Amino acid sequence: MWQFTHILKKELKDYFISPIAYIVISIFLIITGWFFFSTFFLYDQANMRGFFSLLPIIFAFVIPAITMRLFAEELNMGSYEILLTMPVTFSDIIFGKFAAGFIMTGAMLLLTLAYPISIAFIGDLDWGPVIGGYLGALLLGGTFSAIGVFASSLTHNQIIAFILGAAICFALTLIDKMLFFFPESILNFVEYLGADFHFRNVARGIIDSRDLIYFISIIFISLYSTYLALQKKE
Amino acid sequence: MIHVENLTKYYDNFCAVDQLNIEINKGEILGLLGPNGAGKTTTLKMLTGYSKPSSGTIQVNDYNIENNPLEIKQMIGYLPESSPFYKDMLVYDYLEYVSKIKGIKPSDRHPRLRYLADLCGLNHIMHKAIGELSKGLNQRVGLAHAMMNDPEILILDEPTQGLDPNQIVEIRHIIKKIGQEKTVIFSTHILSEAEATCDRIIIINRGKIVADGNTADLKQAADQKTIIQLSLLNAETEFVQKTLTAIEGINQVEQIGLTDDGVLNIKAYSNSTEDLREKIYKAIKATDWVIIEFLQEAKTLETIFRDLTRQIN
Repeated sequence: MWQFTHILKKELKDYFISPIAYIVISIFLIITGWFFFSTFFLYDQANMRGFFSLLPIIFAFVIPAITMRLFAEELNMGSYEILLTMPVTFSDIIFGKFAAGFIMTGAMLLLTLAYPISIAFIGDLDWGPVIGGYLGALLLGGTFSAIGVFASSLTHNQIIAFILGAAICFALTLIDKMLFFFPESILNFVEYLGADFHFRNVARGIIDSRDLIYFISIIFISLYSTYLALQKKE
Repeated sequence: MIHVENLTKYYDNFCAVDQLNIEINKGEILGLLGPNGAGKTTTLKMLTGYSKPSSGTIQVNDYNIENNPLEIKQMIGYLPESSPFYKDMLVYDYLEYVSKIKGIKPSDRHPRLRYLADLCGLNHIMHKAIGELSKGLNQRVGLAHAMMNDPEILILDEPTQGLDPNQIVEIRHIIKKIGQEKTVIFSTHILSEAEATCDRIIIINRGKIVADGNTADLKQAADQKTIIQLSLLNAETEFVQKTLTAIEGINQVEQIGLTDDGVLNIKAYSNSTEDLREKIYKAIKATDWVIIEFLQEAKTLETIFRDLTRQIN
């Protein structure tokens, strides 16, 4: 039942023992910090809107970089064979790895809490949208982690896993900005597919079941596809 | 204990394992022999539940691999061919991780790790990353991994590959020791190893069993042909042929070569079970030939193996 926690712990240990976690987190903080604060003082407003509007596009390439190794590395080294001959189920493996990717994303977000805290010191920050924004960011991080896990399960090559994952995440982020390409009859549907659209809704502080269902179903579909992809492999 | 019925595995159109039927009893040390690509590894992978059979069933005690894979995996310890472990992990961390996944109680973990470290000789490398280890040490980590939860069945895919002669003897010793209580199945293509360690040997070729039994059985079942090698000085081929074929029981005499020093090498074949060496000696004694070499080829596992796996080809 709790077998997945052993895999989760092992993956987290791997992240923090090797330099991957530190490199990815530093890159993430430098990029968000630079883009956010380079315009922040020009607007002269104490809010985090700039940060949250950047987040989906940055997540779209940072998260696949975190998750790319989860399965691809094991498949490449052959340790996947050993993992499968131990008393664990596919769901333990997939859920453990997904949770590790998600917790890494959470760790990155945790460090960005420095931004709202420092803004609250210098101005009058409205915490409502900030909390909504972080909730949305967690949902988005979970979704992209699940997509990254799926991309990683498809290939032995971590670079391919990264490109594949980033491509899917980018498509979901940008699709609602390309609405003018689509016929009017399917506009609503295409907009509903966009991850950024739902993220903006949650970040505005409106928690609607439609947005929650969107994120949860993408996570479920990705993890289930991972299951199918792994079943196919022998 | 293990019951394998009509096990078949196809990779696309290639049939790697073809209708295999094996019954393995508790406490047996079973050696799986065969040339490269015979289907040894595929068979072992199916036994561990890693690879799904195309058809056929595997039953371990009362469990079926289809319906109860977790129970079976809990009973099996597996050492894969090239021991591919996480290269960045320390040996200790890795073994601790395995002990958790295999469900060893926290209080028993430390004593178990200590015991395995002693058994497999890992004490001096517990703090090293697995990626830094030599092939032989890596193999020993694999053995510790496989024996972690004291499994009923140990499946080892070429356990002595890449080890030095001392380590091979050590590993054989370990296998024998475990085999007293547990069931051990291992594959190898080193015949002397199988002969030295196994209670029972199964030779497979092209996915099919071509021989099954202990070493003595196999030797008996193999072709009864005896070959006697002779090197003679001062002898003429024709005359030798005539003399030897006159001996009852010898049905063919073949000249292998004639060296520059005038040594004639011949081989005499016989189908009889009688030992013909005395008759041959007496026949030669009557002439003025000089015997340089006189050798009866013993039926070794190697010749049996070659016969069996070549016939099919």
